Amino acid sequence: MSLGDSATPLGRVRGLGSAHHGGEHWLTERVTSIALLFLGTWFIASLLLLPKLDQRTLIEWLHAPSGAIPMALLIIVGFRHALDGVKVVVDDYVHEEGSRFAWNTLLLFLAVGGGAIALFALARIAFGAVA
Amino acid sequence: MAVSILHRVTGVALSFAGLGILAWWLFAISGGPDAYGNFEAVVNYRFYQVPLALIVLVGLTWSFFQHLLSGIRHLVMDTGAAFELGINKTFAILTIVGSVVLTAALWVFLLGVAK
Repeated sequence: MSLGDSATPLGRVRGLGSAHHGGEHWLTERVTSIALLFLGTWFIASLLLLPKLDQRTLIEWLHAPSGAIPMALLIIVGFRHALDGVKVVVDDYVHEEGSRFAWNTLLLFLAVGGGAIALFALARIAFGAVA
Repeated sequence: MAVSILHRVTGVALSFAGLGILAWWLFAISGGPDAYGNFEAVVNYRFYQVPLALIVLVGLTWSFFQHLLSGIRHLVMDTGAAFELGINKTFAILTIVGSVVLTAALWVFLLGVAK
């Protein structure tokens, strides 16, 4: 259904829900959710298959490309999906324009900062020596 | 309705507590045996016999499975399917049954390995 068919003239100009922009965000949220179906299952299955959950075993797991690459993807896609998802909650419940901008900016910084910390730690494991 | 709210609540919990703990856990692993020992100490800490952190982790794994299953439900509904009252309700209840069963199975297994 194209927007022109269904929207009133005002709706066509605004064309926007509570997110105040188009369908890209909606679609990204769903695509990342499909990716996380695989990455999340991989993560849980990996924890179950590891013989032990001590530091040495975990280092060996994340040092190998088979562990490091999916973990990097899980971090990147996970933080992106979290940011997109929490933004929906903010856009739904915070109505004042300034506050919404402040919340969304704070959450963007948190997601990028948290993702950077996690990726740095992973890089240190993946490229460091196996003790 | 209730499952839809659960989807949001579990999503927010996973975003903050889930990803926060993931980042902390990775940082602890990368910091060497001592750093990881500190992480394990927090996880195993008991407040009057009550393993507080373990309860949080069980809650997060339940959140993960609940969010995953209700997420699948939402993807199906995005296609326009499963809006009929009976199917819709059954699907919603199944996400809760599924998440509880998966969480229980995971932790029975994990605690079995730890011992």
